[in-house]
Amino acid sequence: MNSLNSVILFGATSAIAEQTARQLVAQGASLYCVGRNRDKLMALIDDLKVRASDQQQIDGCAADLTDSDQHARLIDAGERALGGIDGVLIAHGTLPDQQACQSDAALTRQEIETNALSVINLLTLLANQFEQQQYGVIAVISSVAGDRGRQSNYVYGAAKGMVTLFLQGLRNRLAKSNVDVVTIKPGFVDTPMTAELDKGGPLWAKPEQIAKGIITAMQKGKGEVYLPWFWWGIMLIIKHIPEAIFKRMSL
Amino acid sequence: MTAPRSWNRLPRVVPDAVHALTQRSAGVPDSLPRPLLAYGSGRSYGDVCLTEQGTLLLTRGLDRFIEFDPQRGVLRCEAGVTLAELLALVVPQGWFLPSTPGTRLATVGGAVANDVHGKNHHAVGSFGHHVRALEVWRSDGSVIVCRPEDDNGWFSATIGGLGLTGLIRWVELQLMPIQNPWMWVESQRFANLDEFWALNRRAEARWPYTVAWIDCLAKGKAQGRGILLAGQHAAAQAELPVFKEGGKRIPVDPPFSLVNGLSLRAFNTLYYRQPVKPQGSLTHYVPYFYPLDAIQDWNRIYGRRGFYQYQCVIPPREAEAATAALLDTIARRGEGSFLAVLKTFGNKPSLGMLSFPRPGTTLALDFPNRGNKTLRLLEELDAIVREAGGTLYPGKDARMPASLFQSGYTQWEAFSDYIDPGFSSRFWQRVTS
Repeated sequence: MNSLNSVILFGATSAIAEQTARQLVAQGASLYCVGRNRDKLMALIDDLKVRASDQQQIDGCAADLTDSDQHARLIDAGERALGGIDGVLIAHGTLPDQQACQSDAALTRQEIETNALSVINLLTLLANQFEQQQYGVIAVISSVAGDRGRQSNYVYGAAKGMVTLFLQGLRNRLAKSNVDVVTIKPGFVDTPMTAELDKGGPLWAKPEQIAKGIITAMQKGKGEVYLPWFWWGIMLIIKHIPEAIFKRMSL
Repeated sequence: MTAPRSWNRLPRVVPDAVHALTQRSAGVPDSLPRPLLAYGSGRSYGDVCLTEQGTLLLTRGLDRFIEFDPQRGVLRCEAGVTLAELLALVVPQGWFLPSTPGTRLATVGGAVANDVHGKNHHAVGSFGHHVRALEVWRSDGSVIVCRPEDDNGWFSATIGGLGLTGLIRWVELQLMPIQNPWMWVESQRFANLDEFWALNRRAEARWPYTVAWIDCLAKGKAQGRGILLAGQHAAAQAELPVFKEGGKRIPVDPPFSLVNGLSLRAFNTLYYRQPVKPQGSLTHYVPYFYPLDAIQDWNRIYGRRGFYQYQCVIPPREAEAATAALLDTIARRGEGSFLAVLKTFGNKPSLGMLSFPRPGTTLALDFPNRGNKTLRLLEELDAIVREAGGTLYPGKDARMPASLFQSGYTQWEAFSDYIDPGFSSRFWQRVTS
């Protein structure tokens, strides 16, 4: 079991991360929160402070994570604020407009930058630190979209797929250092990021459900988790459809 | 997507757009059609939270606490926080809502906008009496912080203002200290209305919380029979039982109302015959204040067509006669509700220009929607209420005529000056047209 007493959250103001933060605080954790929008971040930190006891440390910093020069400084600040790190959750990201990306290479590159490269940059720094300290858990919110490229959102899918693959390798490397690397693959989640979509049907999950699954997966040091679990079955099927058939489908 | 509805599931109206707010400082995008209206938990019974035009702003995403002083019991939170979320934070730290409605699933913003009341109105007034400050966002982009001591009218317009003065973004409340989460409750049976009045007078003088449930189908000598529940927060040194919250839910929409003459008569008789505890007992605050919250989606028992709530207040002088007349009418029609609730309000003047609570007796009922038959009964009740100089509760209304609203809320025209021109509701259009 990994303990989650001191956790850094990157992309802390995302709906899933915010719910995760509340649940971690309820379990007595101290948190360092990094988010892009200062107002949102301050609202989050104030809220967590009210929910926390006096013994818990709640702190944070507004930063744009696409600026990878900031990463080392942020990790350092988090570590100092918490007096050590035993868990990290990387949750920042965007949901690109696939249509817009198709007609704009720069936009495509920028989405890959945000959703994949900035994550990999952070992971590279964190990996070395965790490898040295010989304990802890690193979790990243990837996506079921990264399991197979689909016409409807393959830019996002490609970025998440890169993250998933990178994490596989990192998990393999850090296993001998007693560090767990967790890949979180949420299905459809009812968040502001998906506000434009029609959310009828049983496939849509609430951020608080996903948050609960993330915390359990981090504590247990799981490898890859689908949240909710049934996405494992759905993606198993989707991954195994022969390409010759898949290319004619409109998923 | 199904359009948001209120708790009684009617009227069914669809706004032009629905927008989920997640950040209190963000404002509302100009691209959204106006007028706007806030929609919290949808726990009111009618159309104060609905609109057929413009955009419904979902406020449940504004669910953050802002500041809590556990020494003084002052809490500031965003308007979409539910009373349940608030209580989960403050009860373990020895604080409670000084005024709470019968559901803890309502939002703080909704509680302010309807100036809700509880079983202790005679002792502490309504929700608005415990608001220290609140912030309203206006559709022109300006922001107003209102406090009860201000004399510019914004506070009294916004308390009970049905969300029409703008979007309530945060609220600061003065909480009430408690020793533990338990209540000391005494229940007593009364055989008719006369006994109720006598018993209620004594109970109000002695207890901070009083409420009576009555069997609205009983006729003649037994008219108004029921059970009076009196309560107070438990003492500091009490032998406390263990409380485990259970939960049931109504899983499906029955095609017709399960509430009918037969089930009502059976339920009401059984309820009246239940063992009472005049010697008192400890009850956890959750089942005491929020008995119906334990049955998730309880509104489904009325079927797809939904139901009407009817809550009136009758001035003290007319209260006894008018209450009897209302019960006569209901019993004669054989219509009636599971939980007819009778309570007297105290004399503390409400702070809102459109607040419902006022000195007198309030009777709350619900009726399955049987179309015109039900509406005709409600019109008969209206006549009694109007004759007695009473009025109805906007937060529980889906059909009152404009004239009844205007005669009961004499400040409605003065209130209109405070309405945000970019806000409106179906209720407001209905009662002012």
